[in-house]
Amino acid sequence: MTKKIKNLNLNFGPQHPAAHGVLRLILELDGEVVEKADPHIGLLHRGTEKLIENKTYMQAVPYFDRLDYVAPMNQEHAFALAIEKILDIDVPIRAQLIRVMFCEIGRILSHILNVTTQALDVGALTPSLWGFEERETLMTFYERASGSRLHANYFRAGGVHQDLPAGLETDIAKFCETFPKIINDLENLLTDNRIFKQRNVDIGIVTKEDALDYSFSGVMIRGSGVPWDLRKSQPYDCYDQLEFKIPVGKNGDCYDRYLCRIEEMKESVKIIKQCLSKMEKGPIKSFDGKITPPSKKDIKQSMEALIHHFKLFTEGYRVPQDEIYTAVEAPKGEFGVYLISDGSSKPYKCKIRAPGFSHLQSMDYLIKGHMLADVPAVLGSLDIVFGEVDR
Amino acid sequence: MNNLVDLEKKINSELGTKINTSEIKHNQIYLEIDSEDLIDVILFVKTNKDTKFRQLIDITVVDYPERSKRFKIVYLFLSHEFNQRMILSYDISENEVISSLTSIFPSANWMEREVFDMYGVNFKDHPDLRRILTDYGFEGHPLRKDFPLTGHNEVRYSEGQKKVISEPVKLEQNYRNFDYESPWEGTKYIKELTNTNDKKN
Repeated sequence: MTKKIKNLNLNFGPQHPAAHGVLRLILELDGEVVEKADPHIGLLHRGTEKLIENKTYMQAVPYFDRLDYVAPMNQEHAFALAIEKILDIDVPIRAQLIRVMFCEIGRILSHILNVTTQALDVGALTPSLWGFEERETLMTFYERASGSRLHANYFRAGGVHQDLPAGLETDIAKFCETFPKIINDLENLLTDNRIFKQRNVDIGIVTKEDALDYSFSGVMIRGSGVPWDLRKSQPYDCYDQLEFKIPVGKNGDCYDRYLCRIEEMKESVKIIKQCLSKMEKGPIKSFDGKITPPSKKDIKQSMEALIHHFKLFTEGYRVPQDEIYTAVEAPKGEFGVYLISDGSSKPYKCKIRAPGFSHLQSMDYLIKGHMLADVPAVLGSLDIVFGEVDR
Repeated sequence: MNNLVDLEKKINSELGTKINTSEIKHNQIYLEIDSEDLIDVILFVKTNKDTKFRQLIDITVVDYPERSKRFKIVYLFLSHEFNQRMILSYDISENEVISSLTSIFPSANWMEREVFDMYGVNFKDHPDLRRILTDYGFEGHPLRKDFPLTGHNEVRYSEGQKKVISEPVKLEQNYRNFDYESPWEGTKYIKELTNTNDKKN
């Protein structure tokens, strides 16, 4: 007698601690083996691109913080660079160094969150407790520079909003001394841990070819052995003056991606140190009064500065008609902004290219044939944040 | 090819009449083609040993409601080998159906779904053309310029019916969009808006 067996459809999420946000994953299971995964996204869709079209360039910056909310300033960077290229303005060196430094802080913020929650997903609690303590320190650096821990709104076209407060540079330097020890502690817990390796080695393997076909970027492509990093290959701001290495994986599995992230954090610390040593007193935004607001002191003294201030915060600055795509190496991969300006003070179109969107798309390909228990492990190593996937 | 000018020449000489205009700007190549040549051009730039645009970065649409060919479809490509970026575009009218790239680039799947969702552009031979970012049962295409910023419907939990219901958007205050660029016309525009509407700004 033959028995008919029907595949089981399992609804994973939208509220599930291992879904890293609001992901609804419809899994078709044959026993415990996943046959098909269909991610339903958009539960956090806020229409960011539509909103940006209705805001001036300066008002659009905060929306970028709310995309990948674990590394806010990296997103702002892409938008600021796009406007700077169209307007063809120079950024003072101090502003470049501050921006690069905070981008690397963002990278550490994001990688700590990813590495520790991935460990949490496969059963280790302690790394997240240790890691989040460091994130808290880093977020206070954000707060001291910009005024808020997460939604910084700090980068501007032509520089940054304001100079670093007194003492912040020394505190960041101190952090750079203590943080490598924490990475070592995390590594002691995880890298050779038998359970962690059993859950991650040879899981979710991505080949070089598939990494290209599925539009992977960032750690997802480097884990598969493609040495590709926009900070090296298409350097922006002052990355070409800094020395750092690009860690590359061998097997393209979850474990290699974990190792890449750990190594990248170490490189980020090196970059921050170099930025601090290069930093000298100087201007932190462009001098063009049509783009950057004047100082409070000037507003009290000069009529022209007052006019500039008024025009900048009502009309905003106008950006000449152009079309551009700029990308930065965000912690999760290539984050790009495709900007079309029409000569007015609002973008005509601003398409945001989020790395997580392409990564999550490959979920079906990555998880096919794996066990149900591997779903959180793969999802964790994709480094998904729904702010940017859903936009 | 590592040199952008050589690369542009190469593409133009190989594809000839299929390229309408090409331009180098901001260190990227901008190409304009016709919609029917899409597959040919993309297969060429993907496989040719001198171009190797192996990665599709994104697909998007720009909406120009005043034009007869309303939508401009934009494809962004990246070549890792030569470290080059290319922006490929063509114009289509509102109801035109365009070819899907899913058989050439698997990653085009969701990108095309997003374009379909946000702009209502239809793709032929797409394996799974569903909405992706908007809610289940959503109507309209939000990124079109004629779609209002506040949307048409809002959802809320109804205590009476004990379920989530969808109803037309009710705003306590009109959405205010001040036109700072021409203040005198701006006031007239606001006057008109307040006169025709009982809600005051």
